[in-house]
Amino acid sequence: MIRYVLKRIIIGVLVVVAVTILLFLFMQLLPGDPVTMIAGERVPPAKIEEIRRSWGLDKPVYLQYFYWLSHVVVGDLGVSYVTKLPVSLLVFSRIAPTLQLTLTSLVLSFIMGIPIGMVAALKRGEGVDHALTGFITFFYSMPSYWLGLMLMLIFGLYLKILPVSGSFSSQSLILPVATLTLPSVATFARLMRTETLETLGEDFVRTAWAKGLPMRRIIFIHILRNALIPATTMFFLYLPWVVSGAVIVEAVFAYPGMGQLFYKSVLRQDYPVIQSIILIIAVLTVVSNILADLLSAFLDPRIRIGGRRE
Amino acid sequence: MPLLDVKGLKTYFYTNRGVVKAVDGASFTVNENEIFCLVGETGCGKSVTALSIMRLIFPPGKILSGKALYKEEDLLKIPESEMQKIRGREISMVFQNPMNSLNPVFTIGYQISEAPTVHFNLSKKEAWKRTTDLIRDVKITDADTRAKCYPHVLSGGMRQRTMMAMMLSCNPNLLIADEPTTSLDVTIQAQILDLLIEIKKKRRMSVILITHNFGLVAEFGDRVAVMYCGKVVEIGDVTTIFRNPLHPYTRGLLRCLPIGYKRKSKLGFIPGTLPSPIDTPSGCSFHPRCEHSTKSCKLREPELVEYEKNHFVACHLYER
Ligand SMILES: Nc1ncnc2c1ncn2[C@@H]1O[C@H](COP(=O)(O)OP(=O)(O)OP(=O)(O)O)[C@@H](O)[C@H]1O
Ligand code: SF4
Ligand SMILES: [Mg+2]
Repeated sequence: MIRYVLKRIIIGVLVVVAVTILLFLFMQLLPGDPVTMIAGERVPPAKIEEIRRSWGLDKPVYLQYFYWLSHVVVGDLGVSYVTKLPVSLLVFSRIAPTLQLTLTSLVLSFIMGIPIGMVAALKRGEGVDHALTGFITFFYSMPSYWLGLMLMLIFGLYLKILPVSGSFSSQSLILPVATLTLPSVATFARLMRTETLETLGEDFVRTAWAKGLPMRRIIFIHILRNALIPATTMFFLYLPWVVSGAVIVEAVFAYPGMGQLFYKSVLRQDYPVIQSIILIIAVLTVVSNILADLLSAFLDPRIRIGGRRE
Repeated sequence: MPLLDVKGLKTYFYTNRGVVKAVDGASFTVNENEIFCLVGETGCGKSVTALSIMRLIFPPGKILSGKALYKEEDLLKIPESEMQKIRGREISMVFQNPMNSLNPVFTIGYQISEAPTVHFNLSKKEAWKRTTDLIRDVKITDADTRAKCYPHVLSGGMRQRTMMAMMLSCNPNLLIADEPTTSLDVTIQAQILDLLIEIKKKRRMSVILITHNFGLVAEFGDRVAVMYCGKVVEIGDVTTIFRNPLHPYTRGLLRCLPIGYKRKSKLGFIPGTLPSPIDTPSGCSFHPRCEHSTKSCKLREPELVEYEKNHFVACHLYER
């Protein structure tokens, strides 16, 4: 088990390094010269060259990369081209609001998605199932920027009961959280419905009935315990997705998180900031994947002992 | 007074391909302390009959009519809460496939202790004691360690023993064993069957043994019912049926039975194929394959009549 975890961590580090290399190359391909971003307009060419040298942008790409990487490893993410502030300062103050937004939404989605999916599966083919499946499909297929705008329109402009932007009160969290949550409730509910239906048809459920167990015991112990394994794994696998999804939602609601910072930095070609945020998401993805694996090994004895599911 | 009296049981499945008449008017009785065999080709409705008695038929299946009298109560009529008290405690069932019949995420000890805990309100300690005793009863060594194992580390034979321990945990009066050994290899099959018979004798319970294999019927059975297309076509003492099979279908099954290879022998070959359960033939459903078939066989369904004492058959040849 420990060897397995170590192996996963080593692979994870390699994945992150690969992501940073791709990212660096990709940045070179983007149009526009970062020096003009740093210097602003109407600067004499001599000054431009000076800036280029002082920021190390005259060096070959691979040297720039190693320079950047060696600083990242010790926690120095570089300096923003636009604000000239350390990127760590800019980014780290934004992480907490984003995590608040995404974790709230993930936990809510999990708590709501699980029972919705289970009820839909247990009432399969009945009115309740059709209603819930309709709900699931509706929100599952809805783009989040559009959902965000609609919610803003309905609750902010027509009903005037919720603030439409910013983050000045806990109320202003409601709409962004709802925008992120509704589609992921649908995702969890969909997964849970499928898993429950599959488990319902398993022979061991019939065994549980044949033992004379009451229905609630069969549902809440035998079925739930099995059907929850993929949903719990999904919680972690989904975390990086929700963080990426927050980019759009934060931009729509002017919510001061990492996503909004990312959005603005892309517009201003502020490469160090963009790179750092993508790096954070890459690390988050790798860590969540490892956590998801460990958790499913913990929940499923077939993986725990056998090493792998047959 | 039989322990279980099944009368005119009909269970259909409403699938999108059509109505599957899985059990279509089956009748038989099971006496106290006997091994009652249910034989027939694959798809003739043996498993569905057993599941109907346990009332474990789920949509699209439906039990349409019939009675299953157990201790003067009709199992098909009593409320679900009453039925729960009967399942696992009075009547229990061992399934065909031990590989998937155990829950992968709970230890076998937990799964064995569940039924007695629920039915008898046992404390944790009492339940554990009972569980390890049961594991020993089904001849699994090292009960205390084995109880903490998860099903996937056990072999097929071990899982079937676990399944038996689970189903015997509340001392049922009737155990339904639905082809308990078909998925196991031959040496293990014999061990499991011997264990079943030994436990049956010790506990004086009745067993419904569902099987394809007439050899097993000859070796272990007290009485036997032959099923065809969801109906019981012949029923009687095992010795009587072997000495004097009446129904053309039973005769066909017994014809090719080799003597001496009892446990290995499979059912005999009968010309024609099993009709689709969606549109079963009119009249006697065996008529397309029967060498004695007449006009009235196609038109009228034969009833199960007592040909000699305790020997029933459903065929026009024997109607008086
Ligand atoms: N859940 C179900 N849905 C639809 N049809 C079913 C279902 N269960 C059983 N059947 C059908 O009912 C008929 C009888 O099935 P059953 O399982 O009782 O046969 P069997 O005699 O036990 O056969 P085997 O020896 O292969 O176990 C078959 O035609 C089968 O296809
Ligand atoms: S009723 Fe007719 S068709 Fe059916 S088994 Fe008897 S003789 Fe054959
Ligand atoms: Mg069967």
